[in-house]
Amino acid sequence: MRFANGVRALEGLDLEVAPGEFLSLLGPSGCGKSTALRLAAGLEQPTEGRVERSRRARLAVVFQEPTLMPWADVFDNVRLPLRLQGLAAGEVRDRVMDAIARVGLADFAGAYPRELSGGMRMRVSIARALVVRPALLLLDEPFAALDEITRGRLDDDLLALWREQGLTVVFVTHSVYESVYLSTRVAVFSQRPGRIVGTLQVDAPEPRDETFRATARYAQWCLQLSAALRAAHA
Amino acid sequence: MNHAPAGARRPGRAAALAPLAVVLAALLAWELVVRLNGIPPYILPAPSLVALTLWRDLPSLLPSLWFTVRITVGALLLAVAGGVLLASVFALSRRVERALFPLAIVLQVTPIVAIAPLILIYVESITAALLICAFIVAFFPILANTVVGLRSADERLGDLFTLYGATRWQRLRLLLVPSALPYFLAGLRIAGGLALVGAVVAEFAAGAAGRETGLASRILEAAFRTEIPRMFAALVLVSAVGIAIFAVFDALSRWLLGHWHDSELPGG
Repeated sequence: MRFANGVRALEGLDLEVAPGEFLSLLGPSGCGKSTALRLAAGLEQPTEGRVERSRRARLAVVFQEPTLMPWADVFDNVRLPLRLQGLAAGEVRDRVMDAIARVGLADFAGAYPRELSGGMRMRVSIARALVVRPALLLLDEPFAALDEITRGRLDDDLLALWREQGLTVVFVTHSVYESVYLSTRVAVFSQRPGRIVGTLQVDAPEPRDETFRATARYAQWCLQLSAALRAAHA
Repeated sequence: MNHAPAGARRPGRAAALAPLAVVLAALLAWELVVRLNGIPPYILPAPSLVALTLWRDLPSLLPSLWFTVRITVGALLLAVAGGVLLASVFALSRRVERALFPLAIVLQVTPIVAIAPLILIYVESITAALLICAFIVAFFPILANTVVGLRSADERLGDLFTLYGATRWQRLRLLLVPSALPYFLAGLRIAGGLALVGAVVAEFAAGAAGRETGLASRILEAAFRTEIPRMFAALVLVSAVGIAIFAVFDALSRWLLGHWHDSELPGG
């Protein structure tokens, strides 16, 4: 993958995502992991190579910013993907309300984005992804701009959704701890041009919660990943 | 003493009263200066005399007022149609924008008083000529603002529309139009005032000719006859039209943007 200005963003990227897994792409800012995600979403075309995706696998993306329409309330924001499919508001009402309730915002369906906190806006963004009932959910550093407490809560919410919905998740992050806490597998990226220098299987017992963070295995995985990152960026 | 906090709880009323008080004070000072110094009305009429003249001459001024309003609103409608249409073309093609935008700037920076005499020569109907002049000045702010507005749509939202397979029409209606709306309305507010300026200036350039004429012609006539109070009365009407246009667009902007855009939020 090359940008128009000739910079090689990714090189020799070979990654397979298994159905049902929670895969994190870990690396520092500017290493190409977001580009990898945009390739997977079909928002960019590779200059070399190809992206294979089951055509029936419904796809949803959550960006780093909530990316909501400021002129529309929560209901209309969440309804957007269905509206673009040509479905009328009346026939999808329950589906939209269900997605909003799933992220705990049932009382805020009529609120405008500016009336919500950063964490709530991110929840709306997640609800908008869930409303299409995706098989594959791509998240690009979705909680990076949030405070630690909100971030931890949304991490747990995301894990719960992943378990309940049987989703396949690809999660881009620069946080070693977040990637270990959430993922079943972590792929470590090197600096530009981005390559995958190693993957780590995180076989922690499910469901995970705060106690997982206190285990020796968690600390060990974090150390392992930190070392891999340091080696790749030395 | 007990009234102070009560007043502080209603900033809306205080905010409306302050400018009114300033205007009243200025009018009062004007009246006093004229009366105390015995200034004759052909030098400077007192506000009370202007008001009286306005009341007395209103029947003869109303047709002119109506004419000026029609030119202004007509030019504004043309400017909105033309500006939005051209802005949409610009938004679709950078090449067309590069080719045509300098021309639009030339039209904008050339003073309308300088172009008006030429237009009046080439265009036979005075009404049409006035309409063109007012259109030229009102057109640019709408074009420039709408172009910026259409380009200011959130890129990530655009990605989202791509991802979920939006059609061109859906992208225009659900993303580009709402994104451009605040910019367009700001342009409309500027254009409203400018259309009035264009209509009045062009009429000055045309001179008080023709059967149907606007407020500028009434001001010119009154100047020839040194009817200074009548000049002021016509001027008051011109200002009233300008204020009315501003108030209408201000209300429109609040109605359309009030619930979401930062510019229309209280305290924003």
